[in-house]
Amino acid sequence: MGRYLLRRLASMVPVVIIVSFLVFALINVLPGDPALMMLGENNNDPGAYQRLRTELGLDRPLAFQYVDWATHALTGDFGTSLRDRMPIRQAIGARVLPTLELAVLGLALSLLISIPVGIISALKPGSWIDSLATVLALSGVAIPHFFLGILLIELFAVNWHVLPPSGYIAPWTDLGENLRLMLLPALALSTGLTAVQMRHVRSSLLDVLHQEYVLTARAKGLHEQTVVLGHALRNALIPLATIVGLETGSLISGTVILETIFSVPGMGRLLVDSITFRDYPTVQAMVLLLALTVLVANLLADLTYGLLDPRVAYGARAGA
Amino acid sequence: MRRLPGWLSLLLRTRLAWVGLLIVLVMVFLAFSADVLTPFDPNEQRYAFVLQPPSPDFPLGTDDIGRDVYSRIVYGTRVSLEVGLLAVGISTATGTLIGLSAGYYGGWLEDVLMRTMDALRAFPGLVLALSINAVLGPGIGNVMIAIGVVSTPTFARLAHGQTLSVREREYVKAARVAGAGPWRMMLRHILPNIAAPIIVQASLAAAFAILAEAGLSFLGLGVRPPTPSWGSMLRTGQQYLNVAPWLSLFPGIAIFLAVLGFNLLGDGLREALDPRLQPRRGRMP
Repeated sequence: MGRYLLRRLASMVPVVIIVSFLVFALINVLPGDPALMMLGENNNDPGAYQRLRTELGLDRPLAFQYVDWATHALTGDFGTSLRDRMPIRQAIGARVLPTLELAVLGLALSLLISIPVGIISALKPGSWIDSLATVLALSGVAIPHFFLGILLIELFAVNWHVLPPSGYIAPWTDLGENLRLMLLPALALSTGLTAVQMRHVRSSLLDVLHQEYVLTARAKGLHEQTVVLGHALRNALIPLATIVGLETGSLISGTVILETIFSVPGMGRLLVDSITFRDYPTVQAMVLLLALTVLVANLLADLTYGLLDPRVAYGARAGA
Repeated sequence: MRRLPGWLSLLLRTRLAWVGLLIVLVMVFLAFSADVLTPFDPNEQRYAFVLQPPSPDFPLGTDDIGRDVYSRIVYGTRVSLEVGLLAVGISTATGTLIGLSAGYYGGWLEDVLMRTMDALRAFPGLVLALSINAVLGPGIGNVMIAIGVVSTPTFARLAHGQTLSVREREYVKAARVAGAGPWRMMLRHILPNIAAPIIVQASLAAAFAILAEAGLSFLGLGVRPPTPSWGSMLRTGQQYLNVAPWLSLFPGIAIFLAVLGFNLLGDGLREALDPRLQPRRGRMP
C-alpha cells in the first residue's frame, strides 16, 4: 500500500505540473493582453496600462513569470485580488466553507436516495419501481442544474412559500436556517449524481447477486435480507467509491452554477464574479485549486477502492 | 458499410433510442425551417406586449421586452445544434488525432500527449469552459472552441485505448509489412476499426455541448445577446420568476429534451455498434 501510494503520487507530479502550465497559459499565452482586458474597452490612459503591466509582471519574459507565479502558488501565495485588493488566499479561504457544505450535502443526499432505490431496482428488475427509476435516472442526467434550481425556487419558495428562495447564513449563526437555505441547492446538485449512482448500484448489485458466494449464502438457508444486505450489498457498493471520485468535477461545476442562482457566497460564485470583473489573478488561482481538488479526489477514490476491496493488490507481484 | 443494416436494426430495436432519434430529428427540422414555423422575428421587440402569458397570439408568451418566446425557442434550436455539432466536430477531430498518434507512435510523444490530456481532464468541465471563454471573450464561435477543448481529452483517451488494442492485430501488421506509411496506417487501417465507440461518444458529447452552452449563456458568459439561446432565455426568466414563470419553464424544457435526445441516441448507438459495452447482466463466473 505504501509503495503504491508513492508510485501513484509520483505519477501525479507530471500531471500537476502540466495543470499549472495550462492554468498559466490560459491567462498569459492565449491571444489577448490581460492588462488590456482588465482595464476594459474604455480606457484611454496609456500610463495606467503600463503601470498595470509592471504590477502584474507582464513586462518580464514568460518563463520568469511562470516560475515566479508557480513558486508563489506552491506556498499558497496567489497575489492580491484586482477587485478588492485582498490577498487572494484570504478571499478564497473565506469562500471554501459554503461550497464544501453544499457539495457534502449534495453528495449525502445523492447517496441517501440512490442506494435504496438502486437496491430495489436490482431486486425487482422490470417492476414499476424499476421502470420509474430508469425514467428518473435518464431525466436526472439530462436536466440542467440551473433549470432544476429555478424550478425548485418556483415551487418551494414562490408558489408554496415553504422554503426561502436564496441566500446564506453560516451554520454556527443559525443551523436551522442554514439548512433551510441549503436544502434546495443541495437537492438540485444531487440529482445528476443520484441518477448516475442509482444505475451503478443497480447493475453492480445485479452482477453480484449471481456470484457463487451469494448462492452459497442462500444455500446455507440465510434470510434473503441477510443475503442481500449482509453479503451482496457490501461488495456491490465498492465501485461507488470510484464513481464518486470521478464525479467530483461535475459536482464542482454544479456548485458554480447553483451558488450563482441561490446567492451562496462560495468558491463557484467567486469564480463567476472574478470572471465578470476581469480579476484574472483570482481566476487563475481558483481554476488551479479546483483542478487540484479533482486530482486529489481521484487519488482518494483509488485508495478507498483498495481499502474496501482486498482483492486489489497494489502492484504486488503475483504470489508475493 | 456491409454492417449498416445490422446495426441500424439493432438501434431501432431499442425503444428509447427511437425516442432519442425522434427528438434529434425534430430539432434538425426546427432548425432548418425556423423561418417558416415562427410567426414573429425572434428579436423583434413589442413594448405593448411585454411579459404576456401564453395565449393564441403568443403560444409560449412574451419576454421582458415583448419578444415572442415560441419564436425564440425555435430559433434557439439553431444555436444549440450549431454549438453541439461544431464543438463536437472540434473535439472529435483533435481528440481522435491526438489519441491515434499517441497510440500509434508510442514513446515520448505518447507520454507528452496523454499526460497533457490527463491534466485537461482534471479541470471541472464547466470551470474550464468558463475560463477559456472568459479569456477569448463572449460569442458563439468562442463558446464552440471552449466546449470543444473541454471534450477533447475524452476522445483522445478513447482513441488512444482503442488504437493500442488494434495496433498489434494481424491486418494492421500486414498493412505495415505491405509498406503503408504512418498516415495511411492511422487513417485507413486503424481509424475505421476504432470508429464505433468514437461515434457513440460523439452523440453523448453533443448532449454535453448543448448543456454547457446553455450553462455559459445562463451565466451571461456565452452566446452574445440578442442571439436567441435557451441558456440566456433562462437567465432572463430567472429574474421574472414571480410574475412570468413561462419565461424559464419553456427554455428549460427545450434544453432538457435536447440533452435527453442526444443521450438516448448515444445509448442506443452504443448498444447497436459496440455490444461489448452492454451492461453484463446475470453473468456467471
